[in-house]
Amino acid sequence: MSREWIKGPLPVLVVLPILSVLTYATTDMPFFIYLASITGVNVILAVSLNIVNGITGQFSIGHAGFMAVGAYAAGYFSRALAGVQLVFLPEVVSDQVIFLVAVVFGGMLAALFGFLVGLPSLRLRGDYLAIVTLGFGEIIRVFLQNTEALGRALGLRGIPQRSSLLAVWMAAFLTILVARRIVSSSHGRSLLAIREDEVAAEAMGVDTTGYKVRAFVVSSFFAGVAGALFAHFVPIINPSSFTFVKSMEIVVMIVAGGLGSTTGAVLTAIILTLLPEQLRTVLTSGAEGTDLAQRVDQLRMPIYGATLVALMLLRPQGLFGTRELWDLWPRSQPKASDP
Amino acid sequence: MSDFAQHLINGIASGTIYALVALGYTMVYGVLKLINFAHGDVMMVGCYMGYAVAQSLGGDDASSFLGVLLVFSVAMAGCGLVGFLVERFGYRPLREKPRLTALITSIGISFTLSYGFQLDMGFLPGAAPRAFPEIIRPHELFVVGDYDIVIWNWQVISFAIAIVMMLGLQFLVYRTRFGRAMRAVSFDPKTAGLMGIATDRVISGTFILGSSLAACAGLLYAIKDTAVQPMMGLYVGLKAFVAAVIGGIGHVPGAVVGGLLLGLIEEFVVGYTASTWRDAVAFGFLIVVLLGRPEGLFGKAVAEKV
Repeated sequence: MSREWIKGPLPVLVVLPILSVLTYATTDMPFFIYLASITGVNVILAVSLNIVNGITGQFSIGHAGFMAVGAYAAGYFSRALAGVQLVFLPEVVSDQVIFLVAVVFGGMLAALFGFLVGLPSLRLRGDYLAIVTLGFGEIIRVFLQNTEALGRALGLRGIPQRSSLLAVWMAAFLTILVARRIVSSSHGRSLLAIREDEVAAEAMGVDTTGYKVRAFVVSSFFAGVAGALFAHFVPIINPSSFTFVKSMEIVVMIVAGGLGSTTGAVLTAIILTLLPEQLRTVLTSGAEGTDLAQRVDQLRMPIYGATLVALMLLRPQGLFGTRELWDLWPRSQPKASDP
Repeated sequence: MSDFAQHLINGIASGTIYALVALGYTMVYGVLKLINFAHGDVMMVGCYMGYAVAQSLGGDDASSFLGVLLVFSVAMAGCGLVGFLVERFGYRPLREKPRLTALITSIGISFTLSYGFQLDMGFLPGAAPRAFPEIIRPHELFVVGDYDIVIWNWQVISFAIAIVMMLGLQFLVYRTRFGRAMRAVSFDPKTAGLMGIATDRVISGTFILGSSLAACAGLLYAIKDTAVQPMMGLYVGLKAFVAAVIGGIGHVPGAVVGGLLLGLIEEFVVGYTASTWRDAVAFGFLIVVLLGRPEGLFGKAVAEKV
């Protein structure tokens, strides 16, 4: 078909103007922008972790570690180049170009770490990855807390605030697109085969270690991108933003959404980001007591843990199982027979 | 030279504690092929039980032989009960499901316990570390030279307790009917069940045993650190897991060797660099082991059966 070429960039061409208009319309609503950005970052994290945990059937619980790598790398990069203006470019454009480079740099560094962590642990059975990623998350945190150049426990300040609604949600959209296209590619079929039965997949000639490591690297890259974006809209990043708690939050999102369902991950990421914010607003609106707000925060982790246990015992497939949102309407599936 | 000897002693002291916890991981992995993430947190719960008993005995005044015995036995029994409940209601319903569900459940239990204990409502203790009563009053047992090398009495006591526990376990696993049943279940649970072994009972027994050992280790750790806190389970548990992997997971003597090795490495790295790196050492070492010899020092590489 001669129209084939448009299919690749088409979704981007549709979403880009919508997001631009939305960004333009909400410029004077700082709280909305902040909330929407946090939600977008969580969507990126959930969807990218789903590539490893849902589609490939491994179990990583150190996603916040990769996010931290991306955040610190990109933040440091941007801060170092804060006063620099690229020649021949107006200031705004130059800033955005440097921002883009910083985000990609953060992603690449996270991907490199993903490779280093994934290669030894993914040769083995799934449970090793869980422990090693957990350990990796801790090493990163210890490293950040002990490194003078990265601000130790105080964190990195003075990162230029260059992120925007458009940037965050464009990245989120691209992550979703990549995740979906991975699933429907031959690469993705191999990943699904590994999830369903690793031994059988290997017997059919799938290079299981190679595919697992590549999936893990892609996932780490997007976690790094999420961290990089995060670093450019919060006033300060410090090691306490990237602890177990963050990793577990993402794990709960994808387990609740259904391991392997990209739309499920998106949906639960949005719900689980907005719900605590709403709860906090509702609970603390009467009494402005910070004590209560603190208590709500404290309750999060035990609730996350209990949710995981309850989900596994009662509904291990989560909200959607491995299905997508549109699979709920069986009529919309004639594409399966399309050549 | 005296530095070296002192680090050696401290390393062995903390290594035996890791070894005791690692035994629990290894035994559960042997019978269920499950990495019981919640093991360290069950240990933490046991420590708080011991803490409660020691407090009600009069805090620092509980330093009598009987008091110590009471603290240890209550904590070990209580911890065994917690381990039993976790297995009965958390893992048993999932035994026929994919392995990942049990792993996720154990992670969930682990986080519920370690963060649940950080709340300060009801009987929950809150996040702040509590000073553990000096039920074994510390004094220097041997001093060489001008305080060049010090061996504390609790180091000797904890080493002795650990050795007794390990020998007892070795006897149990290789010389009793229960141990034989355990090894049979570990070898092939289905066939063991067909041969008349009550698989569920053996698995419950393994959890109780492993959790009691963990409680014992946790108390020794609390005495060494002179504190209990909700996150101790996560860290000690993870390091003990690393020890179990180093020795070859599923291999009982391997866990002991792995624990000692890890304790020594950690002590030497921390001793010659900075103590803030303590938590990173074990994981770095784990990655090195997984790269070089993933089946551990004593484990055999087993091809997965179809």
